[in-house]
Amino acid sequence: MILKLAWRNIWRSKRRTAITLGMIIFAVVLSTLTMSIKEGMYENMIKSTAGDFSGYAQIHLKDFWTEKTLDYAFEVDEAMVKTLDVENNIDGYLPRVEGFALAAMYNITKGSAVIGVDVEKEKTYTKLDERVVEGEYLLPDDEAILIGNGLAKYLKIGVNDTLVLIGGGYQGRSAVGKYPIKGIVKFGSPELSKQLVFLPMKAASNFFATDGLVTSIILKTGSGDKGVAAAKNLQKKLGDDYEAMNWKELNPDLVNMIETDKVEGYVFMFILYLVISFGIFGTMLMMLAERKHEFGVLVAVGMKRVKLALMVWGEILILSILGSILGLICAFPVCYTFFVKPVRYGEEVAKMAEEYGIEAVIKTSLAPGIFIEQAIIVGLIASVIAIYPFLKLLKINAVNEMRS
Amino acid sequence: MSVIQTNNLTKVYDEGPIPVHAVNHVTVNIEEGEFTAVVGPSGSGKTTLLNIVGGLDRPTSGSVKVDGVELSSMNESNLIKFRLEHIGFVFQSYNLIPVLTAKENTEFIMLLQGTPEKQRTERVMKLLDEVGIVEQADKRPSEMSGGQQQRVAVARALASRPKFVLADEPTANLDSKSAENLLDLMLKLNQEENVTFIFSTHDQRVIDRARRVITLEDGKIVKDEKR
Repeated sequence: MILKLAWRNIWRSKRRTAITLGMIIFAVVLSTLTMSIKEGMYENMIKSTAGDFSGYAQIHLKDFWTEKTLDYAFEVDEAMVKTLDVENNIDGYLPRVEGFALAAMYNITKGSAVIGVDVEKEKTYTKLDERVVEGEYLLPDDEAILIGNGLAKYLKIGVNDTLVLIGGGYQGRSAVGKYPIKGIVKFGSPELSKQLVFLPMKAASNFFATDGLVTSIILKTGSGDKGVAAAKNLQKKLGDDYEAMNWKELNPDLVNMIETDKVEGYVFMFILYLVISFGIFGTMLMMLAERKHEFGVLVAVGMKRVKLALMVWGEILILSILGSILGLICAFPVCYTFFVKPVRYGEEVAKMAEEYGIEAVIKTSLAPGIFIEQAIIVGLIASVIAIYPFLKLLKINAVNEMRS
Repeated sequence: MSVIQTNNLTKVYDEGPIPVHAVNHVTVNIEEGEFTAVVGPSGSGKTTLLNIVGGLDRPTSGSVKVDGVELSSMNESNLIKFRLEHIGFVFQSYNLIPVLTAKENTEFIMLLQGTPEKQRTERVMKLLDEVGIVEQADKRPSEMSGGQQQRVAVARALASRPKFVLADEPTANLDSKSAENLLDLMLKLNQEENVTFIFSTHDQRVIDRARRVITLEDGKIVKDEKR
C-alpha cells in the first residue's frame, strides 16, 4: 500500500513531479556531460600520446627507457616470439629501433627522434600510412623518410627535399645519412609532430648499424587497461633482463598532468553536485510545504510517522531512479554528438593546448562507466537529501500540520 | 458506561503576550452510544477539546481517559496506535486521501491495522453500502461531490470499529440536502449500531438532532443539556 500510495502521489501533482524530475534530469545531463568531456579529453591525450605512437605497452632491455641509447638494442629471438604469441592481452607486436639524431637542412637544425619501423606492421596498429598528409607512405626497401609536419614546418622543408641526419649509432659508431623526404605525417599530439623522423627498418638498421636488432617492441592492445595487464604478465614471463612497461610508466608526465587535472575536476564536480543538491533540496522543501495538511491528516487517522516518512522517501526514491534513467537517456545523445563531431577550441586556446601537446578539440568519452556513475551519484544525492523530509516527518505533529 | 472521561481538563496557549485558556477546567463524561454536539461561538474551545479527547493534542493540565485509558501519559507513538484502534475522525473538509478511491480510502485504516484482506474487503463493501456509496466505490475524491466525500469519510472513520467518532464541523462544507442526508446516516448508525458520535458544530440542524448538547464559552462548559 505504501508503494502504491507513493507511486500515485508522484503523479498527483504533475507540476511538482515535473519540476523535481526536471531538476534530476538536468543534474544527470550536466554532470554526465562534464565528466564525459573530461574523460574524453584524457582519452584523447592518452590516445594521442600513447595509443597513436608509443602503444599502451612496450618491451625493452632493462634500463633502456632511462638511458635511451642504442646500446640497449636486442634481438627478437624465438623464445620471445613464443612468449608474445601466447599473451592474451595483445593482438600482435611491432618492432622498432629508436635513436636520436640532429636533423639538418641548410643552416637550420633540430634534434629529432629517429624511429626505424616495420612499415607493414605499423599500418595495422599506429596506422602510420593514414597519417601521411603530404607525399606517400614508405615501402620496406625505401631509403627515404617520413617526417612530422611540425618538424617540416620548423625546418622549412617539404616532400622530395633531402634531410641530413647526424647522430650516434650502435656501440659508439657514428650514424650519418642523407634521405629524401617521401611524406609528411601528422599526429594528434603536436609535440610528436615536431620531432619524429621515420625510416623503414632496413634503412634504420643501416643508419644506426644495429644489424636487425631492435630497441623496443610495441605491443598491440585495444586499450590502456589491456596494456597494463599485458605489461604485468610479460614482465613475469620475460624476467629481469627486460622491462615490460605500460603506458603510464612510459608517460609519467602525462599521468601526472591527468592526475592533477582530475583533482581540479573533483573540486569542480563537488561544486556542481552542491548546486544540484540545493536544487533538488528546494523541490523537496516545496513538496513538504505543499503537503503539510495532508501529512497531518494521515497521522491523525492513525498512520505511523515512520510509515509516512517511508512513503515520502519512497516517492523521492522512485523519482530519483526515474530521473536518473531519463537523465541518462537525455545525456547520451548530447555526449554522442560531441563524440562524433568534436568541437575545435578557438584559435587562442588551441595554440595553448597544442603547446602542451594536447589535440585542440573537445571530444567526449562514451565510456559506459561515466553514464552509470553519474546517474548513480545524482540518484544517491537525491536519496540522501530525502533523509531530511524523512527525519522531519518522523517528528511531525498532526494538529500543527493540519492547522497549517 | 463512560467512553470518555475528562477531569479538570485545561489547555493554555502561551504563545502570545497573554496566555489563552482554550479549554478551561472542563470535566465531562461521554457515555457509550451518545449523539453529542459540542457547540459554542468561534474560539470557544470546541476543536481544541475534540483534539485533546481524540489524542491529537495534549492538555496543559487535567486528565482525559478513553475507555478507561489515560491518554495524557502516552507517548506519541502509542497515541497514534491508540487513535488508529479506538477513535474515528470525520473532518470539516473531508480530508480523504486524494490518490485513493472511495473503497481504498475506507480500506486504508484497516490496512494500517493489519486486517487480513478478506475481512477488509467484506467490511469495506458493508460500510460503503451502509453509507450509501457503493456505486462510487471506485471513484477518487475529486470525482465525487462534497456530500459523497463526507460519507466516505464516515465509512473510513467507522472502518476500525472505533469506540467513538469525533466529527469536527462535519456539515460545514455541505449543502442543505447533503448535510441532512449525512445527519440521517450518522443518526441511523448511532441508533442501529450504537456508534458514539461527538460533534463540534455551529450547524443548527446538527444541534437540533443531538441528544446531548454541551455549550462552551471561553473554554468553559456553560451548559450541558441532555434531551
